[in-house]
Amino acid sequence: MKVEVRVYPKEGVLDPQGKAIAAALGRLGHGTVREVRAGKVFFIDVSGSDAKAVEADARRMAEELLANTVIEGFDVRVVP
Amino acid sequence: MKFGIVVFPGSNCDEDCYHVAKDLLGCEAELIWHHDRDLKGSDAVILPGGFAYGDYLRAGALARFSPVMESVAAFAKKGGPVLGICNGFQVLLEAGLLPGAMQINRGLRYVCRDVHMRVENDATPFTMLYPKGSVVTMPIGHMEGNYTAPPETLAELAREGRIVFRYCNPEGRVVDAANPNGSADGIAGICNREGNVVGLMPHPDRCSETLLGNAAGIRMFESAVAALAAAR
Repeated sequence: MKVEVRVYPKEGVLDPQGKAIAAALGRLGHGTVREVRAGKVFFIDVSGSDAKAVEADARRMAEELLANTVIEGFDVRVVP
Repeated sequence: MKFGIVVFPGSNCDEDCYHVAKDLLGCEAELIWHHDRDLKGSDAVILPGGFAYGDYLRAGALARFSPVMESVAAFAKKGGPVLGICNGFQVLLEAGLLPGAMQINRGLRYVCRDVHMRVENDATPFTMLYPKGSVVTMPIGHMEGNYTAPPETLAELAREGRIVFRYCNPEGRVVDAANPNGSADGIAGICNREGNVVGLMPHPDRCSETLLGNAAGIRMFESAVAALAAAR
């Protein structure tokens, strides 16, 4: 099965990268951009066919390694 | 007195630390490969600067799973002095041996230059030879040195005197213009509650002999020697 884990700066945590990207988009004429927060996506291929178990597993992966939960939040989506 | 210096794949200041301990201080020193669980009788452990595991995922994120880190954590728990320099500091944060996290510098650039720091805590085994309140100059070289932590953690660090160094101007004033990376409260280095685990972004190992133009850093290593002698 395939599962996606999105990791991103927590709300309220300053995101210097996102700010720079927002400024760059503004300079390119994208005047509608109010805020950008930059994160990462992990596309993970796992064995197993129980979506619930795969999701729980991916959550543990995020907590243990993929995200630094001091500053990052994450969400998990099992790809149907 | 024996210094153990951990070598991760991608460490690049391990030899510098070894040189300071062995050649400049005349102490015993040994490089410890990260797969080794044996700290070889070290009295103090240093996690050196560099790019452990290429800084993949996040700086320090993968290094914390190296087998040696279990031994380092156990050593720290028993009160053994542990110093994390730059990437070593990042590893200590990821390993949870120190609180908080590093973000990319606010200027989004790698910053490599001398900085001034005010000594805020002279009671750790790595800072006892610096007078409290004095200004020390050391070089930095990092991309992720923008220290951050939840407000309650920052308050706790301040309240418990666990901010060890803060970026300051040459006169010793902690001002935003002297902060090279955007670190919260101008934090350049912190320690754990017991004070035996210290991490800092600047490099004492790169300024430990007058040949290099600055020998301010050697006092951190000398402090460890003095602390151990005092404890014996």
